[in-house]
Amino acid sequence: MSRHGYKYSAGRLLRHGLTRDAWPRMWRRPERRDSYDVVIIGGGLHGLATAYYLAQNHGITNVAVVDKGYIGGGGSGRNTAIVRSNYLTPEGVAFYDRSLHLYNTMATDLNLNVMLSRRGHLTLAHTDSALRTMNWRAEVNKLLDIDSAVIGPAEVKRLTPSLDVSPDTRYPILGALYHPPGGIVRHDAVVWGYARAADHLGVHLLQETEVFDIICDGGDGPDGKGSGGRVTGVRTSYGDIGSPVVVNCTAGWASLISNMAGVPLAITTHPLQAAVTEPCKVFLPTVVVSGSLHVYVSQTDRGELVFGASVDPVGSYRVNGTLEFTEELAGHVLELMPGISKMRLMRQWSGLCDMTPDYSPIMGYTSVEGYLVDVGWGTYGFKAGPVAGETMAETIATGRAADLIAPFTIDRFTAGDLVGEKGAAAVGH
Amino acid sequence: MIVVPCPNCGPRNSSDLRNAGEVVARPDPATTSLTEWRSYLYLRENPAGWVTETWYCRSGCRRYFTIERNTSTNEIRESESS
Repeated sequence: MSRHGYKYSAGRLLRHGLTRDAWPRMWRRPERRDSYDVVIIGGGLHGLATAYYLAQNHGITNVAVVDKGYIGGGGSGRNTAIVRSNYLTPEGVAFYDRSLHLYNTMATDLNLNVMLSRRGHLTLAHTDSALRTMNWRAEVNKLLDIDSAVIGPAEVKRLTPSLDVSPDTRYPILGALYHPPGGIVRHDAVVWGYARAADHLGVHLLQETEVFDIICDGGDGPDGKGSGGRVTGVRTSYGDIGSPVVVNCTAGWASLISNMAGVPLAITTHPLQAAVTEPCKVFLPTVVVSGSLHVYVSQTDRGELVFGASVDPVGSYRVNGTLEFTEELAGHVLELMPGISKMRLMRQWSGLCDMTPDYSPIMGYTSVEGYLVDVGWGTYGFKAGPVAGETMAETIATGRAADLIAPFTIDRFTAGDLVGEKGAAAVGH
Repeated sequence: MIVVPCPNCGPRNSSDLRNAGEVVARPDPATTSLTEWRSYLYLRENPAGWVTETWYCRSGCRRYFTIERNTSTNEIRESESS
């Protein structure tokens, strides 16, 4: 993996444990160059993975990842760390399944334990129509060789005894879509793994470097921006950086960055809230999701329950918590698991989601030459991170959109060719 | 909680209303092109700051009205165009 850099191993762990020597920094704080071959805006999972695969798979190492804050401070560190591939559209399934494969070998590939736990993923159905969607998803999944099936309440109870599957509840559990390969992973470790591996291959990680403008010429808008133009660099808080290729990996802030290049997006930014309880004994063996109740639950290795919800109904860049969320969440979770009513919530936080009208991402080339987008990641960006990085790197290196991301082109909105992904977590069934 | 001033019902919690998004100029359906129409349907400026947007008083008077909201702070002020 590494051109230079410090390899982690059991032997090293033992040595550091005995000698108490400090571990070396995971990545450098590099001297900024005046120009790069590729500048990636956004030092989250997507930006870092794109940089890593550019260097690892295509030998393009003169790359900078710029972030206005710190590595993994946005959605990459705020999501609920669920990975799965049991989506609804064939385009979505193929894409997310590749990501799951990359997660499988990630600890070895990146030489960092990302604590992947493929514990099984249950999507509960509370209505006939939800059950119908689950059957639909299961059939699409099976056709594409994904381990996915609809199971009944008895089987749900066997897999996850803490769930209330009695028929006289307000939202009875009629069945579930069971996806054994789904699970959770330590999201910070994934970010650090890509950052460290990219750094070792020569990529520059420029933190605390805010992008104020994307410099273009020849476009049909003001300052040479917009359709028909090309990118020449970015203006940052540390001066101008020249680059013929600029990639937007800024998730919730994607519109603000894209507007700098004169490329409007079909995106609205919504906060999504999540919360975590105090730790307790391990009792929840699967990841449990309920589309109708807008909630997903998993138990971390530390024993905390992590809850996520759907996006806030009012679009905003403000990431404060609301009482409505806590109340609704508690009600819904207790509907599913009445036994945890005495548990206390420890923390609540929110992240920004860049929602598209069809719940699919926007990826690849745009009408401005050299300006690429990897945005519209809504509520599914974390699980897609590895494959998004791999396909964006391929797209940049080869000059044409990788097959897996071809359906997610930015032109699909004006062409009327949307990819309706009703398997996304934010969609009620 | 966001308190939204409905011109008819007074200040209401935003959960009583529906946010219909930023105001976008609607092209004339008789003369518009497909591309222009779809741009109107889907493309948004999505700014971090003051935006003029439409709200629907769904559990009150069912009126649509326009206000300005700062999307970075959720602060609300009267819109000049309402």
